[in-house]
Amino acid sequence: MKLVACVNHVPDTETKVKVGSDNKSIDRTGVNFVINPYDEFAVEECLRWKEKFGGEVIAVTLGGDTHKETLRKSLAMGVDKAVLLKDDSPRDSYSVARALADYLKEIAPDAVFFGKQSIDSDDGAVGGMVAEMLGFPSVSVVVKLEVRDGTAVAEREIEGGHEKVEIKLPAVFTAQKGLNEPRYPSLKGIMAAKSKPIEEKPATPVSNKLDVRVMKKPAGKSAGKIIGADATAVPELVKLLHEEAKVI
Amino acid sequence: MKILAFAEQRDGQFKKAAFEVMKAAATLAAETQGQALGLVAGDRVKSMSSSLGGYGAVKVLAAEDSRLKFPSNAYAEVIAQVAKKEKADVVFFSATSMGKDLAPRVAVKLNAGLAADCTALRVEGGDLVATRPVFAGKALTEVTVTSAVKVFTLRPNVFLTGESSGAAAPVEDAGVSLSDDHFGGSVREVTQASGKLDVAEADIIVSGGRGLKGPENFAMIEELASVLGAAVGASRAVVDAGWRPHDEQVGQTGKTVSPSLYIAVGISGAIQHLAGMSSSKYIVAINKDKDAPIFQVADYGIAGDAFEVVPALTKEVKKLLGK
Repeated sequence: MKLVACVNHVPDTETKVKVGSDNKSIDRTGVNFVINPYDEFAVEECLRWKEKFGGEVIAVTLGGDTHKETLRKSLAMGVDKAVLLKDDSPRDSYSVARALADYLKEIAPDAVFFGKQSIDSDDGAVGGMVAEMLGFPSVSVVVKLEVRDGTAVAEREIEGGHEKVEIKLPAVFTAQKGLNEPRYPSLKGIMAAKSKPIEEKPATPVSNKLDVRVMKKPAGKSAGKIIGADATAVPELVKLLHEEAKVI
Repeated sequence: MKILAFAEQRDGQFKKAAFEVMKAAATLAAETQGQALGLVAGDRVKSMSSSLGGYGAVKVLAAEDSRLKFPSNAYAEVIAQVAKKEKADVVFFSATSMGKDLAPRVAVKLNAGLAADCTALRVEGGDLVATRPVFAGKALTEVTVTSAVKVFTLRPNVFLTGESSGAAAPVEDAGVSLSDDHFGGSVREVTQASGKLDVAEADIIVSGGRGLKGPENFAMIEELASVLGAAVGASRAVVDAGWRPHDEQVGQTGKTVSPSLYIAVGISGAIQHLAGMSSSKYIVAINKDKDAPIFQVADYGIAGDAFEVVPALTKEVKKLLGK
């Protein structure tokens, strides 16, 4: 099977976001970038499918040279091939999806995996858009996946429960935490990743359909009052919630 | 502007979020001398559809098809066909698990840009400007969609509905045509809803963290949540430790929530957790360590032992609510 994990390179969750001088994006100074946490589940799922069914795993990303770091991480985890669709300019989910879909059409994969969202833009849209552009069925926010004879049974998370769907391959899946436990790259994997080539291709130029006018910090919540240091403060707390906040 | 609001229903019941998007569409229509239309799709949905009039729909399009169950290509096809037929300028979804699944497909079908998970909308110089949090709320962006047709998903629990006016909207058959191909190879679907209140939809959340010392101590969190009619949330630390299921995780790699009341118990307030919950309207922190970062965002705090404070709080709330 030809399996593709679409991965993104994002600021880690410890990042304290500062707005950059363009007032439209973040200040990248001193920010530690990592593979998008949800994309690790996507890579891991591809590797597990390959172990079961054989085939090839390709990791693909769209971005500048710094994205190679995330491709190296994917290679270290065990993917066979890494592809960088090169474009440094800011893109919205639509133009990212278009470039990925154009590449995927060329290689005709059996299954394409994404993380359920990138933790930078929080769009959660690229997977669904790519599926539509490829004419593939898709299941988003997948927490469990079984595949047999070209058919996948996917369990997705919905509000207050799960939903089970059976779809035919080729298909697109977006991974939620819980789908699997991503492996740590072995030392051997890390060493091997250093020498594996990264294929570079130009990303299809597409104009954005979303214009970011401004990025700003939210009006921070100011610290309120500490009412007490033990259970004797509870009646006061309940009174405040009932009479001042009016939330209970 | 002509705004089409996709009103989500499950098993013949509108979700609260359906009224939220309908009302937001009506508000925007009023500001722009436009029209707000509702769209309902699924099995036997016609009779319920007129109630969207109470939230400002001037007309509701109903697409009845017993095959429409799972959010799939077919669902997206219905919405795109109706948007085209009605010449909608704007399509609204709620950013629920269903809306988030469908909106990207519909956007592609309509050659439209998508602004996801918006928390505020305003009209400025004829443009619809949406506020959308990024980095789980560590920053906010203001965006416009530049394509002819524009798709937005609106975060649940943020746009207020008010009471229904009681008006009934005229209901029309959506008149869409679906072939088996549109069902995208989806041949079976089983819904396993546990009926558990989800943190993303809850008006009150009681969350627990490491300070609770062990999974068994979440019983007191569950009890307080049940008295308040709240959902149970959890920090990443306790989810990673396997104490709680990941669907309860609040934060940057969990869910971003905006309830009226968020009670954080034994949660110190790591930056990625604060990002996910600091847009809550009121925050209560209960933590032993008075220097914990959670107190920096809390409206009310008790710097004390959760094992004493939480049971006392449950008792006091019971008393207040007469339970």
